[in-house]
Amino acid sequence: LPPRFLAQDESVARDVQRLLVQFQDEGGQLLGSPFDVPVDITPDRLQLVCNALLAQEDPLPLAFFVHDAEIVSSLGKTLESQAVETEKVLDIIYQPQAVFRVRAVTRCTSSLDGHSEAVISVAFSPTGKYLASGSGDTTVRFWDLSTETPHFTCKGHRHWVLSISWSPDGKKLASGCKNGQILLWDPSTGKQVGRTLAGHSKWITGLSWEPFHANPECRYVASSSKDGTVRIWDTTAGRCERILTGHTQSVTCLRWGGDGLLYSASQDRTIKVWRAHDGVLCRTLQGHSHWVNTMALSTDYALRTGAFEPAEASVNAQDLQGSLQELKERALSRYNLVRGQGPERLVSGSDDFTLFLWSPAEDKKPLTRMTGHQALINQVLFSPDSRVVASASFDKSIKLWDGRTGKYLASLRGHVAAVYQIAWSADSRLLVSGSSDSTLKVWDVKAPKLAMDLPGHADEVYAVDWSPDGQRVASGGKDKCLRIWRR
Amino acid sequence: MPQNDYIELHRKRYGYRFDYFEKARKKEARKVHKDALVAKKLRGIKAKIYNKKKYTEKINLKKTIRAHEQKDVKTVNKIHDENGLPSYLLERNENKRTKVLTNLLKQKRKNKVGKWDLPIPKVQALNEAEMLRVVKSGKRRKKTWKRLIDKVSFVGNNFTRKNPKFERYIRPSSLRFKRANVYHSELKTTLSLDIIGVKVNPQSNLYTQLGIITKGTIIEVNVSELGLVTQSGKVIWGKFAQVTNNPELDGCINATLLV
Repeated sequence: LPPRFLAQDESVARDVQRLLVQFQDEGGQLLGSPFDVPVDITPDRLQLVCNALLAQEDPLPLAFFVHDAEIVSSLGKTLESQAVETEKVLDIIYQPQAVFRVRAVTRCTSSLDGHSEAVISVAFSPTGKYLASGSGDTTVRFWDLSTETPHFTCKGHRHWVLSISWSPDGKKLASGCKNGQILLWDPSTGKQVGRTLAGHSKWITGLSWEPFHANPECRYVASSSKDGTVRIWDTTAGRCERILTGHTQSVTCLRWGGDGLLYSASQDRTIKVWRAHDGVLCRTLQGHSHWVNTMALSTDYALRTGAFEPAEASVNAQDLQGSLQELKERALSRYNLVRGQGPERLVSGSDDFTLFLWSPAEDKKPLTRMTGHQALINQVLFSPDSRVVASASFDKSIKLWDGRTGKYLASLRGHVAAVYQIAWSADSRLLVSGSSDSTLKVWDVKAPKLAMDLPGHADEVYAVDWSPDGQRVASGGKDKCLRIWRR
Repeated sequence: MPQNDYIELHRKRYGYRFDYFEKARKKEARKVHKDALVAKKLRGIKAKIYNKKKYTEKINLKKTIRAHEQKDVKTVNKIHDENGLPSYLLERNENKRTKVLTNLLKQKRKNKVGKWDLPIPKVQALNEAEMLRVVKSGKRRKKTWKRLIDKVSFVGNNFTRKNPKFERYIRPSSLRFKRANVYHSELKTTLSLDIIGVKVNPQSNLYTQLGIITKGTIIEVNVSELGLVTQSGKVIWGKFAQVTNNPELDGCINATLLV
């Protein structure tokens, strides 16, 4: 066996302690059989061995963990602090990292004026081809990314556009306003598609499309509102398909999961789990002691990008090619990859300064409670590979937690005022955050520290988004201008 | 000094003089000048006594004026919303607490002592006759050393009465309560929570020890159902609340949580 020979060469020269190790993947599956390695083996060597065992065509970049500690320099150094039993087989957990690498954005390439009031929401389309922004001046604007100029201005709403959401195929944009109306727009023409979806009595707090792998036509969209109801709309027929009532106060956040379950978080301190196709309430998750502000699913990024694979992105973003069936299969395989063995995980952040990690499809009791923040939590996001959870809070810090167990990893400090929104890069290595102090900061998650400071906005930054192809970051705020940042 | 209420009877039957109220008002206005004349003419020990009395009155008046001035001004600014706000900032107020200080030192001393910001800062003083009713005992019903507590009280789980022969304060079981309806000002809901104990009764220490609950009493309630957690992860299960009603009149204890 090749590994043995490699190891034996070195140990002949030096008298080094040897250990029995076995590779194990994140889900607990063992890879190969246990074998001998010298204690001073480096991660590069381990990578060679592991790739050989995995028998892949292209070698994957991997990270290795022993007893929750990452192997950085050599196996020996990592085990120094721990008691090592040389009799037992040591389990080394390998984690495949993203093959592509997203570079940190460093400069503001353009500052796009156009909105006459504050920019409230910003979103890139799933392939990164289009950029849309909603504002307090009641318009939705589409921006041309290749020339970085305004493309279309969509008038139709009569109050602030509070939330926007792209359909997973990138062909439609849904926008919700403070009057409770939802409009659909076509990004290629800038015209409204279909009828105005009216029905909610108070403002829209969140929009979520049905996942691509469940329905590649992207027909259904769900909306949550301050009036405490969740409505599922049929966009082709232009009417409300189902109304889900049950919350006693405003529904603050909504997520359509990949398993056909709909999750809604509310100010009445509960999270309700609904079955999407017939609207039956499955579970109520209780535990928070104040309003639940935000939620994130472990498969969020995969559901957002649908069939688009960020590793295959090109410089000029293109629409997805292929038949509906092919795209559906691609989306499903991407979803299953991110999801892993177990069910979807849900993280919720609240005004009571804590987060809860749930496995909502299985249990109504939380997996862990993550404490540590000193002010309310405004946004939580799973990383695209679902290994890390980042939480942005009004206490000026961002905390990183393990995505599987909820264990605290690190705190990112640097902002001088409340952190409003965050966005992950597609390779899960970088995080950008926009704050009330008018700056954006790019953080390196591996060594957890600040990578780049991006000043430039004149007033509070209300929304940030990182394009799925990793090239651009867009941010908008109270100073009414939208800024695009690139490398 | 009227010996009986004949003055009130006359007033009830025949009413007041037509110029009664004007005369009373003017007399009160003149009183200030009359007092000044008296103060100028007084000599000797009488003057000293009078001046001392006036001095203490002046100090108390100044204290009350200062107390009014030293307000904790909580300006609740609605976040400026003409331009447009994202949904996470809607309905959030910037709470700016500005303390208007006239005496920085006194404020520091108060904070050290740990004076709480209570919903009911001052409570009406109740006299003993209201709280404790005399219970006569003995073969000839002449001994009056026993007292029955007329107000609501809280006794713990493991309470056993003392030997009735030696029991001085009787807490009737009909007036014993275990639960309180506690109002949480931020969540704007009322929850029915178990009482853990009586912390402070503002009337007197004796009532605190006996566990008597009147309006303004600070009680400790079991808040484990709210699920509050400290930063280090420990679960908070007891919090203080102040009683806001008269429990003996209503039959229930209503309190506000001190957050």
